Amino acid sequence: MIGITSYGAYIPYYRLKRDIIFAAMGWFNSGNASVSRGEKAVTNHDEDTLTMAVSAAIDCLNGREGNAIGGLYLGSTTAPYLERLNSAICAAALSLKPDVRTADFNACLRAGTSALISACEAVNMNSVDNLLVCASDSRQGKPGSHFEYTFGDGAAALMVGRENVVAEFKGCYSLSHDFIDYRRLQEDRFVRGWEERWIKDEGYAKIIPQAVSGLLKKYQLKIDDFASVVISCPDSKSLSKIGKGIGINPEKLQDNLMSNVGDTGAALPLMMLVSALEKASAGDKIMVVSYGSGSDALFFEVTEEIDKLKSGLGIKGHLNLKEDLDNYSKYLVYRDILPMEIGIRGEEMPPLRLSVMNREGQTMAALQGCRCKACGTPQFPKQRTCINPECGVIDQMEEYSFHDKIGRIKSFTGDNLAYSISPPAIYGLIDFDEGGRLYLDITDCDLADLKVGSKMKMSFRRRYADKKRSVFAYFWKAVPIKNVNLEG
Amino acid sequence: MASGIKNKVAIIGMGCTKFGELWDKSAEDLIVEAFKEASEDAGIDHRDIEAAWYASCFEEVNVGRGAIPLGRALKLPNIAVTRVENFCTSGTEAIRGACYAVASGACDMALALGCEKLKDTGFGGLPELCTGEENKFYYPNLTAPGMFAQVASSYFAKYGLSRDEGKKILARISWKSHQNGALNPRAHLRRAPSLEAIVNAPVIADPLGLFDCCGVSDGAAAAIIVPASKAKDYRPDPVYIKSLQISLTPATGLGHQSWDGVHFESTRVPGIKAYKEAEITNPREEINLMEVHDCFSISELVTYESLGISPVGKARADIEDGFYDIDGKIPCQSDGGLKCFGHPIGASGIRMAYEIYKQLQGKAEPGERQLKNNPRLGLTQNHGGICGSLVCSVGVFGNEL
Repeated sequence: MIGITSYGAYIPYYRLKRDIIFAAMGWFNSGNASVSRGEKAVTNHDEDTLTMAVSAAIDCLNGREGNAIGGLYLGSTTAPYLERLNSAICAAALSLKPDVRTADFNACLRAGTSALISACEAVNMNSVDNLLVCASDSRQGKPGSHFEYTFGDGAAALMVGRENVVAEFKGCYSLSHDFIDYRRLQEDRFVRGWEERWIKDEGYAKIIPQAVSGLLKKYQLKIDDFASVVISCPDSKSLSKIGKGIGINPEKLQDNLMSNVGDTGAALPLMMLVSALEKASAGDKIMVVSYGSGSDALFFEVTEEIDKLKSGLGIKGHLNLKEDLDNYSKYLVYRDILPMEIGIRGEEMPPLRLSVMNREGQTMAALQGCRCKACGTPQFPKQRTCINPECGVIDQMEEYSFHDKIGRIKSFTGDNLAYSISPPAIYGLIDFDEGGRLYLDITDCDLADLKVGSKMKMSFRRRYADKKRSVFAYFWKAVPIKNVNLEG
Repeated sequence: MASGIKNKVAIIGMGCTKFGELWDKSAEDLIVEAFKEASEDAGIDHRDIEAAWYASCFEEVNVGRGAIPLGRALKLPNIAVTRVENFCTSGTEAIRGACYAVASGACDMALALGCEKLKDTGFGGLPELCTGEENKFYYPNLTAPGMFAQVASSYFAKYGLSRDEGKKILARISWKSHQNGALNPRAHLRRAPSLEAIVNAPVIADPLGLFDCCGVSDGAAAAIIVPASKAKDYRPDPVYIKSLQISLTPATGLGHQSWDGVHFESTRVPGIKAYKEAEITNPREEINLMEVHDCFSISELVTYESLGISPVGKARADIEDGFYDIDGKIPCQSDGGLKCFGHPIGASGIRMAYEIYKQLQGKAEPGERQLKNNPRLGLTQNHGGICGSLVCSVGVFGNEL
């Protein structure tokens, strides 16, 4: 049996209420009032498609080791690098072995489902035991456009394998159609679209039902055979019309997350699938239909294993883990749309030394330090001489990762002098429960949320953008562990 | 056992520029100005110098690399000129180099001179430490106030002080230094703010406010060292070196949970060694004045305790009793300290020695600044680097053999 063995998701902590956008930009296009309800998830200033993919993957692994994974596929239209493998950056952050398969799927909103189909087929071919599929997107609408209201940020991750399958991959059907609704050239910053009415009538309303009926016909199924149907159509009215058209009970039509997350592009169908799995029971059939330059329709059947799976926060948990970003101009600055005076201190930018990054390897990518075999003290970064004043032996170290460890604040500050795009810069010494102390940035919180002793987990973030030399540096930061109501 | 530096060498001349935002002065101007005062004070000529040590920290900000800036500014004639850099102890390192050279017999007259031009960065605070991958990746974008702010919040937490109580104690330290600095024409900041203004100042790095932080300044200072046996050939009132100690914590505090975040081992250890070298058995009774590294009010508080002057955890009583005030038992920062002088890194350690030197000679200027306790022994202390991995220096100076 081949299929999904675990699932996870990530929704950024900050949400922007759409009426805040409308209050700032509605003067230009009052017609956008129709898309100004609800809220959308927005990346923090230190997040991007890759950091969200890694966070979703960590949620999917939920404590399971990364070293047994056979590879990682990443589906996204907004992965930061056009040249340098984005999935390889994620694989390094997750401490995957070096002999794994990594590949990027891009340029299309179907990239997530295409990656998932390819992963299922690769496992089916017995060429790998399992593959981690991540889909993540953070698309940017131009200020004033309706995309600015509808686009949201998020990611999903699915583990595909042969053992402990919770949702068996039963088959798929794809359509390829060069329907030029949304597009973006290499040099474009913002997504462009043709008239929405045309996209709704000629795109969603025609292509999606064609994919659904193609799948039903191929596997000789009826729409009523499905317990839930995931259709990644970001327009809610079109979605409910399509549902009626294909004859599905509205209760079985999976919510498209538009009211509380937004259109997460290539990640949307997989995030909706995670949502569907969260409430699925053994025997349920689930259909997943993506949309973009055609459509992929996939078909899964849930197994008994679903009850045994220890899942992470998923969509349900992340929907309840949030804070308002109550400021439109902050949103524009975080997205590097509004040029801001950052001062000479902020402009001081040494070149990122790539040979050093390569030499340090997992130190930066996976927060890897070492542990002294003589006294057991974890330490970071890697040391040749043990840091424990009572020990001090030389060259007795073994590898040790901090990225999956829990720490507590030893001391912290909110620094208004240090350059930060979101002052004050919050950082401090973190003492880890299993030993070791690291000096780390603290993110996704306000200064007032923190106390000495606050419990922290590690989060993969974009620490540094060297735009002059076209390179981003990713590193780990501390994030307060908050209590989440999973029932809400 | 090593005999130490006590009474082997003496200072016969010192100079110190005005510290401040010296927009119209270059490093060369400051070096020449500090040296002129020192050489006139000693009654010597630049051709009498046999070896020189030059302290500067941020070479990239207008002071230049190596020892060339010093040799070039003074046209030192083909002698050994060495640059030293060890964060905030750089100035004391220069004194140490000069003293050890004279004590060893390698030369009979050595110069220690420190200079820094911090105000050419274009922004407040110290220059960005942005070389090497460590500062940008392994560590947050640390600033000095950000690091010492954490010492303050840790101290408050450890000794059960609320943020408000803690801030008031710290304010009393800054208030005292500003009172002293206001009288000193060489100081950069000469206003004496009220306690209330200090407590309510804008926050720089929580919980430290503007007046908890020292100024950022340009400045230079110089000292001329000769063998103790020859000092009185130059002047009747030389100042003798009683001890010079340096200690560096090997990053233990940054990576090992044993450091409490509140006390500085790198000050405690050289303090003990310095008292031993200077044959001081009870520093609280024997030291007559101190210039300590008050880059931040909290660092002055922690230094009182780490030097063994105030009992650990109990500096508050001494601060509130005025023990460290100008008319207290051990006046601390009688010139205004880093608080009022600012901190041109390479110059600071020598600037501190300059105040001790003048006070021990009874020649503090203007006369109203001269201590009334007839001081015999003075102490200087610097620390720098990253909290948890500090380098500290302690020096003891006396006016008698």
